[in-house]
Amino acid sequence: METALAQTKQQRWAGGKSPFQVSYGKLMMWYFLLSDSFTFGAFLISYGAIRFSQNFWVDHNAVFNSFPGFEANLPLAFVSLMTFILIFSSVTMVMAVHEGHKMNQKGVEKWLILTIIGGLAFLGCQAIEWTHLITHTHEVLVDGVIQHWGTTTSHNPWGPHVMYEGRMVATPGPVAFGGYFFGITGFHGFHVTCGVILNIIMLTQTKMGVFQRRGHYEMVEKAGLYWHFVDLVWVFVFLCFYLI
Amino acid sequence: MSETTVHVINHPQDSAHVKRIWKAFWILSIITIIELVLGLTIYQLDKGDPSYSLILFIKGVICILTLAKAFYIISIFMHLGDEIRSMMLSLAIPALLFIWFIIAFLADGNSFKNLRNTDAGIRKYVPQKVMHHAPATAPAAEKENKLD
Repeated sequence: METALAQTKQQRWAGGKSPFQVSYGKLMMWYFLLSDSFTFGAFLISYGAIRFSQNFWVDHNAVFNSFPGFEANLPLAFVSLMTFILIFSSVTMVMAVHEGHKMNQKGVEKWLILTIIGGLAFLGCQAIEWTHLITHTHEVLVDGVIQHWGTTTSHNPWGPHVMYEGRMVATPGPVAFGGYFFGITGFHGFHVTCGVILNIIMLTQTKMGVFQRRGHYEMVEKAGLYWHFVDLVWVFVFLCFYLI
Repeated sequence: MSETTVHVINHPQDSAHVKRIWKAFWILSIITIIELVLGLTIYQLDKGDPSYSLILFIKGVICILTLAKAFYIISIFMHLGDEIRSMMLSLAIPALLFIWFIIAFLADGNSFKNLRNTDAGIRKYVPQKVMHHAPATAPAAEKENKLD
């Protein structure tokens, strides 16, 4: 028994086949995603380091409190919609991969289209959010003068409140906030864009019957890995910017 | 592309697999809803004068829930749970660097704050209460905080 086990172990690494029992492309996709997680990790951790080094940090519930079409103060509402869109598009992607295993071309097409729609909806939400942040201005006391600032990479109106002419007025907030927020959500949005493009390529090739002829849908699986990674990163972006 | 290796893993029964996907979806949704409830709890508590450790505790719970979500995405949606152990380890062991990464850099940021607040330890730090929101009845707050 033990010798048999040792033998299979040896054979696994003896060459001629993948010791991990996955194809080269899929393994390399995994290692790419591992390296990409360190890129995102470095961004988010440097954001954390800067945030920990400040005595005052922006109150996210005051910044992200709008929902398009509503005037009310709704913290967390819009971003939870974005989160659910992304989780749902992850489910549709895994269903596409599943239909691929069954060699069901129509099923793969249907679920891929839903995934692409989800990705585009997420990007649309992000565009709305960015536009709102940049163009919607707030009163802020700068050098003793009241000004109206939006949230950009160079300035934001989310600093501590001070007394000015008998009322409380905000002062300029930590500059790093805008850079980190737009930088990290932008980098994530760029990944989503790439994922949508990849999925469109997968859809076209599925429609052309490329994978059906090849005999397997592994390319869809690889695109799926990337797409789930985008969802995974969003979970952490959501945590770092909107929840804590 | 003359040779293509078709990689076959043992797939569970079709309906069982679909069921597992939807189960993962519901788990992720429920965890997200719990996170949102906790986030809104922090928002409500912030209106008053909450204890620092209570807020920190809630944030810690949210972080743990996020890790649970990450686990479900990786193991169910990305099917890493179905791969063989040595491949999982080849991804998980490098990812352990994150433990050092997070602790080291957050400690670094915190130390930077302390050094700045105390001029590298030569004076005592007197914390000032900062206001996130304008209160309903504004107390007489000093307009500028001059250096001593």
